[in-house]
Amino acid sequence: MKMLSSDENRYGLNRELAQMLKSGVIMDVTTPEQARIAEEAGACAVMALERIPADIRMAGGVSRMSDPEMIRGIQDAVSIPVMAKCRIGHFVEAQILEAIEIDYIDESEVLSPADDVHHIDKSTFKVPFVCGARNLGEALRRIGEGASMIRTKGEPGTGDIVQAVSHMRAMNQDIAALSSIRRDEVHEFAKRIGAPLDLAMYVHDHGRLPVVNFAAGGVATPADAALMMQLGADGVFVGSGIFRSGNPEKRAAAIVKAVTNFDDPTILAEVSSGLGEAMVGINKDEIEKLNNIKMAERGQ
Amino acid sequence: MIIGVLALQGAFIEHEAVLKRLHVECFEIRKPSDLDRRMDGLIIPGGESTVIGKLLVDMDMMNRIRKMILDGMPVFGTCAGMILLARNIVDGTVGSIGTMPVTVRRNAYGRQLGSFSADGSFGDLGGIQMRFIRAPYVDSVDKGVEILSVHEGKIVAVRYGNQLATAFHPELTDDDRVHRYFLSIVESSTC
Repeated sequence: MKMLSSDENRYGLNRELAQMLKSGVIMDVTTPEQARIAEEAGACAVMALERIPADIRMAGGVSRMSDPEMIRGIQDAVSIPVMAKCRIGHFVEAQILEAIEIDYIDESEVLSPADDVHHIDKSTFKVPFVCGARNLGEALRRIGEGASMIRTKGEPGTGDIVQAVSHMRAMNQDIAALSSIRRDEVHEFAKRIGAPLDLAMYVHDHGRLPVVNFAAGGVATPADAALMMQLGADGVFVGSGIFRSGNPEKRAAAIVKAVTNFDDPTILAEVSSGLGEAMVGINKDEIEKLNNIKMAERGQ
Repeated sequence: MIIGVLALQGAFIEHEAVLKRLHVECFEIRKPSDLDRRMDGLIIPGGESTVIGKLLVDMDMMNRIRKMILDGMPVFGTCAGMILLARNIVDGTVGSIGTMPVTVRRNAYGRQLGSFSADGSFGDLGGIQMRFIRAPYVDSVDKGVEILSVHEGKIVAVRYGNQLATAFHPELTDDDRVHRYFLSIVESSTC
């Protein structure tokens, strides 16, 4: 068996934690009480943050990493993995999250970027990172920087699934295109999408990303979650969609079941029934009119 | 030989990949009607035990699976699968199948920074690589439970009759000997 360096081994363990989360739902929570509701509803992990994306949009201003004390409160409240967000490029926020032993850091476009050029060099951390991507080039750049999990960006805080669908389709199309070309054509392909060559070669040879890819950004209903799973997502993040809806407990549990049985319309019909009001939502055209924030364009 | 793989949440595809390498037929169990299919053994994968336990109850599958195991069907649980098979969980209220007379500690090595890999030995198989991801370990066992692997004084693999459980993830390595060990249990129970 090949001997791994301790950094390679740590990266492997971090990729494997993401594998354990597959076919699961990761839910945004802002209080220990919400975290307990999420865990009881069947969340496989929670994302601790001060404000859900819908409220970040409403509030405007600069949005930052959450207070470590608030995150600790959530870590104490649940036994499932706890994730938290830092700003793109803000490696000190990431150091702080590592110091409180967060299970996964989301270097997230939902917060205000701290660096408009560079992402965090995630390979220097022991704690794992998940990053958003709209296409294969972005995904492989983030993995090259050390991300051990990828998610679509979608358009967070909108309750509108259209962007997540578009990002997942773009990813799948890029992967299909890269896998179907000759090996000696991968160099040019990698250059064109701005991806590290070794990772492009991996995708060419294996026909998939080297890490788990979740759907995120705009999931509001069990049907949205199942749609993303049928499009090939390994699991789903749900942000504003749960605690912004009429009956969070019931909706959360329904989305969990929809992800497990994403290809069974009978079960999907059952779990979609009587959920009360969904998150109201705003679509991306309205966002542009309202405040001109398209979060997905942050950090490319 | 046909193996059912519980596919409610977690790393079930990794187990299916090992079975495929070993040319063993398998299928995924996601809903009650899947339990009507013929199976000679069951694998409960890694994942979040709280999620899998809740879905087993909500989908009306917990009692049926418990009965199948009590009736002698071989079962292999890894990580979350070990927690679900354990009769007792320290500080825990996870809905569990509870057919194995052992007490298990969840997240026994702490958060993700505590995840690690180690070389160990497993029963008569000799040296194996063990990958622990936010793993549990076994605190104590009742009579009749065979201890197959110990890491730094903690029990990390056990067998009780046709039930096998590991705190680590053999399905994440290239080494399929632990799976073959389970398949030998299935083999001897079907003939």
